[in-house]
Amino acid sequence: MHELPVAQSILDITLRHAGQHNARRVRTIYVVIGQLSSIIDDSVQFYWDMIAEGTLAEGAKLEFRRLPAVLQCQACGEKYTPLPGELACPKCESMQVKVISGEEFYLEAIDIEN
Amino acid sequence: MNQRIPVVEKILNANDRLAAENRRLLDEHGVFAINLMASPGAGKTSLIEQTVPRLAAELRLAVVDGDIATSLDADRAAAAGAIAVQINTGGDCHLDAVMLQQALAQLDLRAVDLLIVENVGNLVCPASFALGTHLSVLVASVPEGDDKPYKYPGMYRGVEALVINKIDLLPYVPFRMDYFRQGVELLNPGLRTFPLSCRTGEGLEAWLDWLRGETRRRQGEHR
Repeated sequence: MHELPVAQSILDITLRHAGQHNARRVRTIYVVIGQLSSIIDDSVQFYWDMIAEGTLAEGAKLEFRRLPAVLQCQACGEKYTPLPGELACPKCESMQVKVISGEEFYLEAIDIEN
Repeated sequence: MNQRIPVVEKILNANDRLAAENRRLLDEHGVFAINLMASPGAGKTSLIEQTVPRLAAELRLAVVDGDIATSLDADRAAAAGAIAVQINTGGDCHLDAVMLQQALAQLDLRAVDLLIVENVGNLVCPASFALGTHLSVLVASVPEGDDKPYKYPGMYRGVEALVINKIDLLPYVPFRMDYFRQGVELLNPGLRTFPLSCRTGEGLEAWLDWLRGETRRRQGEHR
């Protein structure tokens, strides 16, 4: 249940950038979540509607873009997205793998009216 | 006019900044702090109960206990001989840097060598919120099952040491240590592990030696 502080943080960042661009209203907020960061689910939207009330971002829609994890095998060089519960290289079954991406959690962009 | 504004800002920036402040405060006072994380029932509090009395003669210990409700864990830590502060998160599934900051304010940090922060029992959320502690330690336990590294990669990737508790139950539960360790090695190559049993005391010495050594080493760096 940490959707509330996360929503608050998203709101703070949004309002700061909206203010800098003299926005009258924020319509959409784009959030990127890596598969390995698994930090929130879509219920953030419910908290959002509550905390954004009375701000420029009231009624804004949160769009989540989920990025798959990408691992690279250190033995054969294969890059792959692991299936749930699997991590080893699907090609050579090596266990020597490196995480290339999948730990992202950031606010990418906002759509505003000004 | 409609306009898209690129932002690209880490959502937990504010928490990360506060965590850095906590770290500074700890370093200033020569306090070495660990963030103890685990699923509920893995044995975080039991490990603290076993650790505190064994180190109390040489180190001044404090425990910050994070829980959704009740002070049961802080009571156990205090009974074991540590200065204990309870944080009730009021429903939140993890501790964050603000909560730790508030707890630190209740402690006389000059009188503490080792601070153990017991996070809320949860294998997902605590991994995402930095506290400002120096090292993160995960307590896994045998009855949880050997597939946990595969199911909670974020947690297993983000720690500097792993305690495998309840090894006295290995003969009774289907836990494939090889499979478990393979998952750990994939996510966190070379991770230091301490297989032990809080009930029988087996394996505790290695854990205590490490904790003692890390505390002394870190204090040496900041004094």
